[in-house]
Amino acid sequence: MEKEVKFSDETLALVHKIMKRYPEGKHKSAIIPILHLAQMEFDGWLSPETMDYVASILRIQPIEVYEVASFYSMFNLKPVGKCLVEVCRTGPCWLLGAEDLVRHIEKKLNIKDGETTADGMFTLKTVECLASCGTAPMMQIGETYHENLTCDKVDQVLNEYRQKGERVTHWDKKHIKAQQ
Amino acid sequence: MPKVTIDGHEIEVPKGTTILQAARMIGPEVAPPAMCYYSKLKTSGGYCRTCIVKVTKGSAQNPNPMPKPVASCRTEVMDGMEVANFTSPDLLEARKGVVEFLLINHPLDCPICDQAGECDLQNLGYEHGAAKTRYDFERRTFEKIDIGNKVQLHMTRCILCYRCVKTADQLCSNRVHGVLNRGDVSEISTYIQNAIDNEWSGNVIDVCPVGALTDKTFRFKSRVWFTKPVDAHRDCKTCAGKARIWFKGEEVLRVTGRKDQWGEVQDWICNDCRFEKKKVSDWTIEGPSHIDRHSVIAQNHYELQNLKLDVGRQLNKLAGEAEKNNTNTSTKKATAKK
Amino acid sequence: MGKQLLLDNIHAPGIATLGVYREFGGYKALEKALKMKPEELVDEVKKSGLRGRGGAGFPTGMKWGFLAKPEGVPRHLVCNADESEPGTFKDRYLMERKPHLLIEGMIIGSFALGARTSYIYIRGEMMYVYHILEQAIQDAYDAGLLGENIMGSGYSLDLHVHPGGGAYICGEETALIESLEGKRGNPRIKPPFPAVSGVWNRPTVVNNVETIAAVVPIVNMGGEEYAKIGVGKSTGTKLISACGHINKPGVYEIDLGLPVEEFLYSDNYCGGIRNGNKLKAVVAGGSSVPILPAELFLKTAKGEPRLMSYESLADGGFATGTMLGSGGFIVMDDTASVVKNLWNFTRFYHHESCGQCSPCREGTGWMEKVLYRILDGHGKKEDVDLLWDIQSKIDGKTICPLGDAAAWPVASAIRHFRSEFEEYIKNPGSIKDVKHYYRLHNEKEPAY
Ligand SMILES: Cc1cc2nc3c(=O)[nH]c(=O)nc-3n(C[C@H](O)[C@H](O)[C@H](O)COP(=O)(O)O)c2cc1C
Ligand code: SF4
Ligand code: SF4
Ligand code: SF4
Ligand code: FES
Ligand code: FES
Repeated sequence: MEKEVKFSDETLALVHKIMKRYPEGKHKSAIIPILHLAQMEFDGWLSPETMDYVASILRIQPIEVYEVASFYSMFNLKPVGKCLVEVCRTGPCWLLGAEDLVRHIEKKLNIKDGETTADGMFTLKTVECLASCGTAPMMQIGETYHENLTCDKVDQVLNEYRQKGERVTHWDKKHIKAQQ
Repeated sequence: MPKVTIDGHEIEVPKGTTILQAARMIGPEVAPPAMCYYSKLKTSGGYCRTCIVKVTKGSAQNPNPMPKPVASCRTEVMDGMEVANFTSPDLLEARKGVVEFLLINHPLDCPICDQAGECDLQNLGYEHGAAKTRYDFERRTFEKIDIGNKVQLHMTRCILCYRCVKTADQLCSNRVHGVLNRGDVSEISTYIQNAIDNEWSGNVIDVCPVGALTDKTFRFKSRVWFTKPVDAHRDCKTCAGKARIWFKGEEVLRVTGRKDQWGEVQDWICNDCRFEKKKVSDWTIEGPSHIDRHSVIAQNHYELQNLKLDVGRQLNKLAGEAEKNNTNTSTKKATAKK
Repeated sequence: MGKQLLLDNIHAPGIATLGVYREFGGYKALEKALKMKPEELVDEVKKSGLRGRGGAGFPTGMKWGFLAKPEGVPRHLVCNADESEPGTFKDRYLMERKPHLLIEGMIIGSFALGARTSYIYIRGEMMYVYHILEQAIQDAYDAGLLGENIMGSGYSLDLHVHPGGGAYICGEETALIESLEGKRGNPRIKPPFPAVSGVWNRPTVVNNVETIAAVVPIVNMGGEEYAKIGVGKSTGTKLISACGHINKPGVYEIDLGLPVEEFLYSDNYCGGIRNGNKLKAVVAGGSSVPILPAELFLKTAKGEPRLMSYESLADGGFATGTMLGSGGFIVMDDTASVVKNLWNFTRFYHHESCGQCSPCREGTGWMEKVLYRILDGHGKKEDVDLLWDIQSKIDGKTICPLGDAAAWPVASAIRHFRSEFEEYIKNPGSIKDVKHYYRLHNEKEPAY
C-alpha cells in the first residue's frame, strides 16, 4: 500500500509558521520552502501525490505546484538515491578539475550523471556554480559543502555516507526540532 | 493626449496606449508583427520579441533615443515619442534574428500541419524571415498529446507565447495546464494526464498562433483554403453565439471565433458552440467572412484595399534600404511628418 | 592591505554569534541609526557614494531615494542573497561568518526605507547558511533587535529568510520577486520597476548582501568618511572573490582603486599565478562580463595601469575593457583554453535561461551547440561568424539582462581570442585534452 502523504506534526507546525511570514492572502510565497520540506520528508523527491498535497496545504491548483517544482533545479521529480551527490560543473570548478572528479565518481559508483546506484544509495547529479569557486572543485551532499576535493577525498566522503546509510536532504531533518 | 510618430506617421492616442496599439491605429503599413501579445488577455505580450521597434526619440521631455529595441506591445507611448519600425534597416535585421530564433527548433512541416494557411508563424516567416535556415542541428520534438477529447496539443509546434495559459487563467476557473520546466525544454503541459475541461476552454485553440493547440473535432481534416468560412450566429445561453463556421460543400467542418484584422477573436465562444453545433441548422448564416490579407487563405479572397497596403509596405521597406545605402542619416526619415 | 570594513574580525572565534559580534562593536550602527531620521540615513548613503555590489553598480542612495511611498501601502526591503554568478562567492562567505552584519544592515536599511517586513532571499543550495541566518535572526528577536519597538525606538520590524529552489535567474531582481511570491522565476517586463511595484505589487528595494552590509560601516563612520576611500565614483571597499589559476584563492576586501596588478600578484591577495605559469586571461567580474587577455587586463588600451574600480575596468568600453560586475575574479593561466571555458559558460546560460523570450531561450542553446561542435573537432569555417551573429541577435533584444550576459562572453572571446577558435576549426588535432564529458542540454526531460 502507498504510504499516506502527510507531514509529521512537527514539520506541519513549521509549515504553518513559514506560511505566516508572508502577508495575509500571500501564503503561496511559502511554496518553495514547503517543497524543500516535502523532499525532506518524502524520500528526497516530489511525486505528483506529494505535490498535490502541497497544493492542498497552500489552497492552490496542483498545476501551480508542478509549474514551480519543475522550474527549480533542486526539486527532483523522479526518485533519487538516499544520497544525492551534487558535483559542481561550472567554469571555475571545471578549470580546476571538476570533470576528473565526475568521471571518478561515475567509475567508482558505476553510474552516469543523473543515474542512481543499484542499491539506491547514491544519485549523481552535476550542478551549476554553488558559490564555492575559491575552494574548487567541490560538491554538495545534503546541506554540506565538500570543498577542495581530490579523488581520494571524494572516496573518503562517499564511504562515510555509505556507512551511515541514511537519507540526506537539503533541508536536514536535524533542523526541525531546533526550530520549534 | 500624447502624440507619437511611427515610421513618419503621427497620431494622437489616449494615455497608456502602447506603441503597438498606436501603430495598429495608424494601420497595417506600420504595425509590427505580434506573436504573443493579445489585446484581450491581460499581461500578454513581451515574450516573443517579434514586435520590437526602435525608439529614436524617447519623448518631448527626454528626447534621447532608447538604447535597445523595445517590445512595442509592452511599451507605452510618451508625448513626442518617435519610433522606427519598417523604416529602420537595423531593426528589420534584428527582427529577422528573432524570427530565426522562433524557427530554429520549429518543424519544417507546414505541408502536413493542420494550421497551415492560417498560421501566424508561417506568415511571419514569409514576411520577416530569411530565406534559408542556418540551423543544422537536430530539432526539438515532442509527442502529440490529447488534453481531453476536444483539444490536441502538439508541443513541437509551440512557440511559448503563453497565450493559452493566460486564457485559461483569465477565462476559466481551475487552470489545469501550464508551462513546465524552463529554458528551451519548457513545455505546455498538464504534467499528469488531465483534460482541459471548462466551458470556455476551446478558446485556447483560437488564441494559439501556431498549430500547437488544435481542434480534435475538426471533421474530415481539410486544408483551410479548401474550406469556406462564413460568419454566423445562434442563440446561446453561455456566449454571444457569434462565430465563424467553416464549410466544405454543405458540411460544417468546424466552428471558431471570428478573428479580426490582427488575428484576434472578436468574441470568445463557448465549447458548446465550438464543438457541438456542427449542423447548418444550428446557425443563422450572415455572409462570407472577411479574411485578413496576411494569411494564405487570403490568396483566394483578396481585398484590394489590403493588397495596396501590402505593396505600400514593401515599397517602404525598399525605400528604407535604399536610403541607408545613400546616406548615413537613416533615422532622419523616421522623424519626418506624414 | 586596505581597510577591512566588512571582513574585520571575521576570524574571531564566535563572531557568528550575537554576543561576540556585539563585543566587537556590533549593533552600534543600529543604535546610532535609530536616533536619526530615515531621510538622514538615505542622505548618508547618498553621500557615501555606495554603488550596488550585486553587479550593476547602481548608486544605492539614489535607488533608496526612488522608492515610492504611497500612503497606506506597505513597502519592503529584500536582500538578494541568491549569489549564483559563476566566480562569485563573497556573499556566502560573509553571511556564514558574520550573519549579524547583514541583519544589522537589514534593520538599518528597513528603517531608512520605512519597511515593516523585510526578507532575505537566499539561494536554496546554501541551506546551511539559511539555518545560520534563522538562528541569528532568532537571537536578534530575543535581544529586542527585531520585532516590536526595537531598542526602545518605537520602530518595529519583522525579518525573514526565504530560500530559493535552485535557479540562477532568481538573482535578477524581478525574477527574485516572482520567486519570493511563490512563482516560477520568470523576470518581469519592466516598467514598472520594483521601486514602484515590486513584491506583491508593493514598492520594493532589492539590494545585494554586500551592499546592505556596507551600510553598517557607512553609518558608523559617516557617508563622507566612507566616500574618501576609493577613487572617483568608485567609493569604499569591495569584496572580491578570486578563483581559478591563482596561488591564493579566496575572498578579499580591497579599497576600490587598488591596481589590478597588485591584486593579482601581491601575497596579500591572489599571490600570483599558480606554478609560476603565465597569465592568459581574466574574467574580472563574474562569468557574465567580457573576458580580457592579459595585456589588456593589466593595462588599458591607452597604456595606463588598470585599477580595480568600476571606471578603470570599464575603460575602453567593450572593445578593450570589461566590468567590475559582482567582483567574481576568475583567472586563467596559459594552460587554459578560452574556447572550452566559453563553452562551459555558454552551457551554463543555456541551462539557466528561464525560457520566456525567444532570443535567449533559443539562442543560448544554439551557441552552445556550435561551440560544442568546434570542441568536438567538427567546427565549420563559418562557425565563428555564425557565433558572432547569434550573440549579436541576442544582445539587447531580451526581457532581462541574462540574454546580454550570455552574449557578452561569446563576443569578447571572439574579439580577443579569434585565432584560438580558428585554430581549433582548421586543425582539430590542436584541441588538447578533449574529454567532452558533459552532455548537451537538450534532453526533453531533466534527468532527475
Ligand atoms: C541574470 C542575473 C543574475 C543576477 N544575480 C544576482 C545575484 O546573484 N546577486 C545579486 O546581488 N544580484 C544579482 N543580479 C543583479 C540584480 O538584478 C540586482 O541588480 C541587484 O540585486 C541589485 O542590488 P544592488 O543594487 O545592491 O547591487 C543579477 C542580475 C541578473 C540579470
Ligand atoms: S505551426 Fe505554422 S509554421 Fe509551424 S508547421 Fe504548422 S503551419 Fe507551419
Ligand atoms: S500552445 Fe499555442 S497558445 Fe499555448 S503557448 Fe504554445 S503557441 Fe502559445
Ligand atoms: S533573457 Fe533569458 S532569462 Fe531573461 S527573461 Fe528572457 S529567456 Fe528569461
Ligand atoms: S564554479 Fe563550482 S562553486 Fe563556483
Ligand atoms: S508581441 Fe510583443 S513581444 Fe510578442
